[in-house]
Amino acid sequence: MANEGTQEQFSSEELPIVLVHRLPSFKFPSKPYFKEHLLSHFHLLDPHESPEPYDSFLNRHAHSIRALITIGPNPITAEFLKLLPCLGLIVATSAGVNHIDLPACRSRGIAVTNASSAFADEVADCAVGLLIDVLRRISAADRFVRARIWPVKKEYPLGFKASGTLVFAETFNLLGGKQVGIVGLGSIGSEVAKRLSAFGCSIAYNSRKKKESVPFPFYASVCDLAANSDVLVLCCALTDETYHIINKDVIVALGKHGVIINVGRGSLIDEKELVQCLVRGEIGGAGLDVFEDEPNVPKELFELDNVVLSPHCAAMTPQSFEALFELIVANLKAFFSNKPLLSLVSNE
Amino acid sequence: MEQCDYRSQDLPQVLVIKPPPILTFFEDKFISSKFQLLKAWESTLPLDQFLTTYAGSVRAVLSSADSPITADIIRLLPSLQIVVAAGAGINQIDLNECRRLGIAVTNVAGVFSDDGADAAIGLLIDVLRKISAADRYVRNGLWHAKGDYPLGSKLGGKRVGIVGLGGFGLAVAKRLEAFGCIVLYNSRKQKPFVPYPFYTNVYELAIDSDALIICCALNAETRHMINRKVMLALGKQGIIINIARGAIINEKEMVECLVKGEIGGAGLDVLENEPNVPEELFELDNVVLSPHRVVFTPEGFMAACELVVGNLEAFFSDKPLLSSVMDE
Repeated sequence: MANEGTQEQFSSEELPIVLVHRLPSFKFPSKPYFKEHLLSHFHLLDPHESPEPYDSFLNRHAHSIRALITIGPNPITAEFLKLLPCLGLIVATSAGVNHIDLPACRSRGIAVTNASSAFADEVADCAVGLLIDVLRRISAADRFVRARIWPVKKEYPLGFKASGTLVFAETFNLLGGKQVGIVGLGSIGSEVAKRLSAFGCSIAYNSRKKKESVPFPFYASVCDLAANSDVLVLCCALTDETYHIINKDVIVALGKHGVIINVGRGSLIDEKELVQCLVRGEIGGAGLDVFEDEPNVPKELFELDNVVLSPHCAAMTPQSFEALFELIVANLKAFFSNKPLLSLVSNE
Repeated sequence: MEQCDYRSQDLPQVLVIKPPPILTFFEDKFISSKFQLLKAWESTLPLDQFLTTYAGSVRAVLSSADSPITADIIRLLPSLQIVVAAGAGINQIDLNECRRLGIAVTNVAGVFSDDGADAAIGLLIDVLRKISAADRYVRNGLWHAKGDYPLGSKLGGKRVGIVGLGGFGLAVAKRLEAFGCIVLYNSRKQKPFVPYPFYTNVYELAIDSDALIICCALNAETRHMINRKVMLALGKQGIIINIARGAIINEKEMVECLVKGEIGGAGLDVLENEPNVPEELFELDNVVLSPHRVVFTPEGFMAACELVVGNLEAFFSDKPLLSSVMDE
């Protein structure tokens, strides 16, 4: 990745300055050598790598910091922003930016970029994988085999007896024909839609605003979307408006055979309510990559075969880290050369 | 005499040696009301004695993975004129013997294409992204104790070789494209109008592939077709997904390759000697195991049932069969 113009080696003092904002325990991914590659483009200031106390380091450099990269969930508050009067750009390294005070950024004229587009394929792949797993009980059946029950029971129970006849558990279903409601049709939601369409699913969505160029039916309320769906896939950002957007009403509207897939943020769902509904059989199943209080997962879920649990890794592959790195560098370079940013978080 | 409690003696008789899965679910709805089922498995007599005693005038028999129709069984059914497969496979039927004796054979091909394709993709995503292994990790409390789970690998950009491009293989290909995978295939013959690169044999396909999805039938040519040579060609990161028949893969060699890390992982709904699972596979996190049911859905079963009943009805009323295999 050559700098614009010449191939000269800049000394680090001439490279644009970028602050690294993180908790000490959160570091750049070691592959693909993020930090080393960033250092060839930017002069990184990392307070945790200095013996100087954090506040003093920040204060000393404050007037030369126009951009920062934030790693991990460490919040960026209005108070913190006050310490950096020249800040013009925050580059988030995650899809979600709910840990950043966006209104404060807006009022200070600070642009924020996220990383959704770097992860969109991976998260969509995982959402579809979780959905197929729940519908077809792939992980549950794998447990059944590994517990050496197959030779004993002769077959994995496909269903249950209802009035004398063995019937299928309702959710051992074909994907084709299922109505899928996507909550949040951004870069991740669009990739989910593309994949599930190939399986023959019907797609509908809810978003902050209707998207005119999109052929799928739009529902202004998540409850209406749920009432018309067999599956909900949560792909939206966590904001004040979307906190617990999946509540009891929505779950009831989705129905006894409904399935929820969450690859957004745990707090999009009223988790306590969801767990109760799952335990009582008031909803068909769930595939969850995120939880309200990670890494704590409600113990009741461990008893359930219609739930698939994923340790917040839907976004993560070596390939998505490469894409993330390129996106970070591209956004920073665009900023420092006054060009349009690639993944600007739009105003609400 | 056992089994003489038939509701109506006028219904045509159909022999069932062991109940196929669709019978377990749809006996009342579809089959019993139209046919008189001769249920060999409910008898205490050994099979050959049962057949000799009760099945002398039986013209039709159901068959599935659990109930093979061998030359020996055919010999005990002097009036047999049709074998109706009640599941996707027909490898358990002695086709040569049927052909020789003019016994018709029907299958349920096409019915499970979408079900199978969904399942194959589900297993592929699971192995590549470690979904079941990570689920185990969370359920064992390890996310809390040990932190993040190791990374999986992206689907997009992977070259996926489909072994057998029939209805099932095509349904798999269509889904793979939506994930950004590159589809390649091997089949007995190249298929016209298909946009995917064709490979004349599985070995060549494996060399160029990151994953193989087995979508073909089991027969003399395909038995143990996936052997050590093919697996080494697939390589250390290579994944195999099999929801067709266990014996298409040389299981002993596959287990060795997996244990030695010579291939990257496997998703297996079928094995050579179900329900026996090679012990070594239980130790491996890069293997997803499924007890020969991942393809089953209510929709698929209903459709299979309708086809089975349709073929039987056509046979008993001298009409053309719906899905005869004998023309191949």
